[in-house]
Amino acid sequence: MQRRVHTRAQALAESTFHGTALTCAVFVLVAMVAIFAELVRNSHLSLAKFGWGFLTSAAWNPVTGDYGAASSIFGTLVSTAIALLIAVPLSLAIALFLVEMAHPRVARPVGYAIELLAAIPSIIYGMWGLFVLAPFMADHVQPYLQRVFGNLPLFSGPPMGIGMLSAGLVLALMVLPFITAVVRDIFALVPTVMKEAGYGMGATTWEVTRKVTLRHGMRGVLGGVFLGLGRAIGETMAVTFVIGNDHRIAASLFASGNTISSTLANEFTEASQPLYLSALVELGLILFVITFLIQIAAQLWLKRMSRRLGTDK
Amino acid sequence: MRRRPSWPRKVTDALVKTLAALSAALGIVALGWILFIILRHGASALNWEFLTSLPSPPGVEGGGLANAMIGTALMTLLACALGVPIGLMAGVYLAEFGRGNRFAMLVRFLVNVMMGIPSIIVGLFVYTIMVRPVGHFSGWAGAVSLALLITPVVARTTEDMLALVPNALRESALALGAPHWRSTIQILFRAAKAGLLTGVLLAVARVSGETAPLLFTALNSPYWPQSLNGPTANLTVTIFNYAMSPYPNWQQAAWGASFLITAGVLVLTIVSRALAREKK
Repeated sequence: MQRRVHTRAQALAESTFHGTALTCAVFVLVAMVAIFAELVRNSHLSLAKFGWGFLTSAAWNPVTGDYGAASSIFGTLVSTAIALLIAVPLSLAIALFLVEMAHPRVARPVGYAIELLAAIPSIIYGMWGLFVLAPFMADHVQPYLQRVFGNLPLFSGPPMGIGMLSAGLVLALMVLPFITAVVRDIFALVPTVMKEAGYGMGATTWEVTRKVTLRHGMRGVLGGVFLGLGRAIGETMAVTFVIGNDHRIAASLFASGNTISSTLANEFTEASQPLYLSALVELGLILFVITFLIQIAAQLWLKRMSRRLGTDK
Repeated sequence: MRRRPSWPRKVTDALVKTLAALSAALGIVALGWILFIILRHGASALNWEFLTSLPSPPGVEGGGLANAMIGTALMTLLACALGVPIGLMAGVYLAEFGRGNRFAMLVRFLVNVMMGIPSIIVGLFVYTIMVRPVGHFSGWAGAVSLALLITPVVARTTEDMLALVPNALRESALALGAPHWRSTIQILFRAAKAGLLTGVLLAVARVSGETAPLLFTALNSPYWPQSLNGPTANLTVTIFNYAMSPYPNWQQAAWGASFLITAGVLVLTIVSRALAREKK
């Protein structure tokens, strides 16, 4: 070691390089801490005034200065739940198609197309959702659902196209490629011998998938679902375009609503009073904490997964 | 022993296979549908005036989004200039100096978490440190928020790509008496060039379509970007503002901007993918 560094200049260059690299690594740490600290600092007005009640209050009134996060949190959870309910089975089916069924010559371009879905910017999904999907939902899908399910409260109200259901659909499409990518890798990781053993016993493709592949990769699939969840929960522009931006908690999926991020995107530049701004920053803080926890859970889960798969071999 | 009939199993199997194929088709149809819509509405909005002039007021035909194109390009470039070196060096630290060390493990973990933080939160953060104290929106703040989104992506790919470089290369450089920084820059970077470039391009593709972080930082402006020290026009916030407006000519312009952004992002993505494949 000592002999390699001949001169002081070289020693200096070496330590500068090491120091720069370390500084940049520290930067990531500092950035994360700073984000949290700044969000807390800038929401202290609202934190002090509303306390924990902020989480459960459905009020949102800039005139009287009364704010609560309940409707935003409700909308975030509902739209994310719809997205995952649609995207998870679809992703499983697509991964099944890509790994087990399709000829590589078909699977490659199809897989590529699905991956491209992830490259399209959020705002483009918003444009498509607002000008194409929403009218389509209003004219065809929602009247159909109302005809079939009658007066179920879930599908009540005027079919406007814009609302929770459309937001959930757009979100589903957006997280689909992420979940599919994870599930596809998991399916491909299942040892071929295990599948072949299944086929050798006369099992059909579906039986092998259900009883061998899925059982083997269940935990990994869950990791993928976590990643999709993290994406869907913080998605902003596409949701803002189609959710209707209305502070209310409605039973109907056709009703307009709001999410944490759509409220921020929509009202932030209008927030004139300090308390209003502070309440919005607190919404951001809530979103940050939620996504942070989801990310940590997903990372730990995937790490445990890879360790397990590594030692299983 | 009596055999159970096999046809219910076969029917189930066929059913599942059909559903899987239909799901894949659904994904492709969705992609095709979105691209077709963007192409149809966007192409009719594009013309020479659209690409070269300032926006027109609502209701007045003509006008363009040249200022927003310049603004988006400027802020993206600046974000790269800030975010790529930091991400690159952080990745070098993780791959070269921090193997098995606790601090590196923490940073690696945080890099992954940071990639999953919603971009709107990053915008909010930059608002609190760069917009609120000075009292006005600025292009600088926009560039910084994009840079914060680029950094973790580049750090992650840099680490992954450097980890792929065989150890023998490091050892032979060190055996020749090259110091660590030399071996990293001249040997490792060169060996991992295609991979590093892919990472940077993917990061750029990701941020050039970002809207949410710019909403609180760069905002938007109907004028030419004179300096970055004020609200700066950009394509994505323009799409948001125009699409939500009731004026048909503004909505038309939003489609044109959507077309430009989509085309740019897809080209970047496809090129970087092709680069990555070439390497293999």
